[in-house]
Amino acid sequence: MRTDWSIYISFLGAGLIMLLPRNSKTLIRWIALLTGVVGLLIALNGYFAYNATFSGLIRSQGNGFITLTNVPWIPALGIHYHLALDGINYPLVVLNGFVCVTGILFSWNIEERVKEFFAFFLTLIAAVYGMFMAMDLFLLFVSYELAIIPKYFIIAIWGSTRKEYGAMKLVLYSFIGSALVFIGVLALFFAAGGHTFGILELAKHPPSPELQRWMFPLLFVGFAVLAGIWPLHTWAPTGHVAAPTAASMLLAGVVMKLGSYACFRAAMLLMPQGLEYWKWWIAWIAVIGIVYGAAVAFVQKDFKFIIGYSSVSHMGFVLLGLATLNVRGMSGAVLQMFSHGIVASLLFAVVGRMVYDRTHTRQLDELGGLRQVIPFAFWAFLIAGAASMGLPGFSGFVAEIQVLIGAFSMSPWLAAGAGVSIPITAAYILNALHKVFFAEEEHARAALDKRGHDHGHGGAGESRWNLPPITWPEVTAGTILMSLLVIVGIYPSIMLNMITANVELFLRGLP
Amino acid sequence: MTAAPYYEVFKALSAEAMLVVTAFVALALDLVSLRRAEMKTRSRTLGTVAIVGLLASVIPLWLQVRQDSVVLLGGTLVVNELSAIFNLFIVVLTLLTVVISMGFDVGRHVGEYYATLLFGAIGMMLLVSTEELITIFVALELTSVCLYILTAFHKGELRSQEAAVKYFMFGAISSAFLLFGLSYVYGLTGATNLREIAKVIQANGASPLMAVGLLFIIVGFGFKVAVVPFHLWAPDAYEGAPTPVTAFIATGSKVASFFVFAKILIIGFGGMAGSAFWGGFNSGWTMLLAVTAVASMVLGNCMAIVQRNVKRLLAYSSIAHAGYIFVGLLAATQSGTTSVLFYVIVYALTNMGAFGVVAALSTRAGGDDMENFNGMARKAPFLSLLMLVFILSLAGIPPLGGFFGKFYLFAAAVERDTQNFGLLWLVVIGIFMSAVSLYYYLILLKHIYVLPPKEDVAVATPTYLNVALAATALAVILLGVFPESLLELLKPLVVHL
Repeated sequence: MRTDWSIYISFLGAGLIMLLPRNSKTLIRWIALLTGVVGLLIALNGYFAYNATFSGLIRSQGNGFITLTNVPWIPALGIHYHLALDGINYPLVVLNGFVCVTGILFSWNIEERVKEFFAFFLTLIAAVYGMFMAMDLFLLFVSYELAIIPKYFIIAIWGSTRKEYGAMKLVLYSFIGSALVFIGVLALFFAAGGHTFGILELAKHPPSPELQRWMFPLLFVGFAVLAGIWPLHTWAPTGHVAAPTAASMLLAGVVMKLGSYACFRAAMLLMPQGLEYWKWWIAWIAVIGIVYGAAVAFVQKDFKFIIGYSSVSHMGFVLLGLATLNVRGMSGAVLQMFSHGIVASLLFAVVGRMVYDRTHTRQLDELGGLRQVIPFAFWAFLIAGAASMGLPGFSGFVAEIQVLIGAFSMSPWLAAGAGVSIPITAAYILNALHKVFFAEEEHARAALDKRGHDHGHGGAGESRWNLPPITWPEVTAGTILMSLLVIVGIYPSIMLNMITANVELFLRGLP
Repeated sequence: MTAAPYYEVFKALSAEAMLVVTAFVALALDLVSLRRAEMKTRSRTLGTVAIVGLLASVIPLWLQVRQDSVVLLGGTLVVNELSAIFNLFIVVLTLLTVVISMGFDVGRHVGEYYATLLFGAIGMMLLVSTEELITIFVALELTSVCLYILTAFHKGELRSQEAAVKYFMFGAISSAFLLFGLSYVYGLTGATNLREIAKVIQANGASPLMAVGLLFIIVGFGFKVAVVPFHLWAPDAYEGAPTPVTAFIATGSKVASFFVFAKILIIGFGGMAGSAFWGGFNSGWTMLLAVTAVASMVLGNCMAIVQRNVKRLLAYSSIAHAGYIFVGLLAATQSGTTSVLFYVIVYALTNMGAFGVVAALSTRAGGDDMENFNGMARKAPFLSLLMLVFILSLAGIPPLGGFFGKFYLFAAAVERDTQNFGLLWLVVIGIFMSAVSLYYYLILLKHIYVLPPKEDVAVATPTYLNVALAATALAVILLGVFPESLLELLKPLVVHL
């Protein structure tokens, strides 16, 4: 089955769920899961087929694209419904499939307005699939905007801490980003003669270097808002914290990647001279974001804010890698998109679903000693944390080391700047690990005494927590994500080969 | 002078004639046999009569779409494919207004209500199919007077009375401006036909007095389409009028006014356009339109943020939308005008749907403040879903009609000058202001979807209303997903405009 069916299946699933009666919650959950799984399997099927054939494809047609469909949509403006995949967006499509399935599993405990939740969720998934596959600038923009609205409702209805504020902030940031993109798209379209929105055709007629100089930042910054570029990242922590677990997973795992992917596909591909002009700016801003995100994460008291800021830091690696303009750095950036998508999903699942839904607190001072109570959460956090720190053997290592090597060959100072974040990352992950999963006695007891000891159970030696056990959807989804981290960590070529091949093609195309 | 071709005139006006007959039938029926009937029966029966008449008037209009264009009485009546399409569209809007009104309490004078509504529609249709100044003025007055009366139909409510008086005062002043401007133009050119005026302007050039005339015409129409700084009546009139009437004012009268405004500017005063290019400003009507467009987009959107009443909010949003439309209008190209017409159609359908939902729900929810809509998604899930579609279309979210309309409008403005991107400054303001607009649209949707209802009782609405509004929503979606067919229809026709 063609990979674009992932889009249609997700839309169909959302539509089907809308038609079901409000009270058949179990049926709705299973239909959502089935939709997600089918979408993922279609994507995986296409992925492995592409993985087997891409080198031949590149040799025979000179680019790595496998066109899924290309039909005129609005001929008056040269808009085509053009979906195509290459080694850059295939990993991201697969990532979206995985985050969708595990997100649904981690939302199994949602009891309120289940029908609407999964309808919005699958609409968002479909829009994200669409944006990753779109090879027409207009279609890309449409999918981008389509993805904005479901996010608002998912966060504002099912979220927690300051949910309406977080949702509105996120949506307005995205929409202002899209306003920049809108202007850039129109300018780009007319500068190329006003015949086509096709990305591959536009790439053949880049605007003059003077125009590129002001048009490039419009598209790049507009999309980078969604990727959490410093200093426009502030929507990310508040949005992630306010969102329900599945939405945090999607936001950090996939939606931020929409931004960085579109930066690459629209801004960098279409305006190479603009990129050349601005690349040092991007690289240094990315380094600031990396260090700033890590440093702010280190001082957070709220478990979810730590992960939220760590996302900003890790997305900085993606932008830095893209700006290096060499094979190592850019391949690392694309792999980092995948790797961080999985890591962030797992971390948010641990924080939001496994810990917060059970303890109803996310304050590091109030948590503690959870290792004996919910050991699965401990192991999941340990593995995700290790990948986040960039320990060898996990996907994060492969990605970040390449970005650092790439940055080093651009300028050693960049690599040194970004490298500062590595010990900070280790510090905040280990700190959180210690305070949440160990550290029962000292501070937790003290915090508890202040609140009047209602939570206490039994005497010394016994845990004060009386939590429901980890459920099967959590185990299943957690296991899927952990295995992905390890598989890509020890066998990176399963993804890296196709990424590198396509990155080389891109670099060869630069003037 | 040859005798007027009465048969031709009658043929060209047969749709309007049918509506006149229908209006009188409604009045007579109400007077003769329905005085003692129950309110609901009266409203349903007379509404059905109006619907039958409107459906019947579709036939002659449909025939006009097919036939060649006719110019009668020296441009007093111009019947061509474009005017027929817009007349059809006005009939559709009137039809929807009637359907919305049938479930709405419009007071004791039901027969008069529907008759006035139909007379207003006739005025709009005449406005669309004329190219002559006096007929334009008469048709505009016919529409306006009917709308003043309709606004005051909630006789017992002070809000409605105040709105009607305010609307009437502003409307009368704007008519005075318009008439004054038209008299200057006539005095200087000796012609009332737009095409002849254009010829005289081309031959003699623009005199300062002519500029004064044009300025007054723009001021007059600025009132009618409610752009800043002539917008002050709109929020009060929208809020005070019975909601179906608000829908009619916001859609039908806007469509007709924008259509004829575009006609006057492009046919009559194409030679006095000036330039609104950044760095190349040159006085002319495009510059005037640019200034009012910016003011409308900024003020309309910013004022909408603080509104607590849904109808007022939509009023300010419609002021902002008038600003967007002006941007397309001042591009003054074929695609610019096409984009304006496309946008007007989408905008009218969307607003009709939004006000329809407000009309259906507000009577059953106890008011039209935002708080009354809390938790509506539980009480009336279907209409809430439709409202979601309409509001997101107004906000310009794909894949809805409002998105493509806005995209095409701004694309046309950029296309006007692709060398130096002369109109890009207007587009930039418009796009950022529409990002602002998303804020208040989402606040409204928050009340409907996010906040809990006060009491969880289902709100039942009549099926015919649900069907009509669903059809409107479907049209809004289809225009967004497949805009090509309407674009292809309009684009070759605007040349005749």
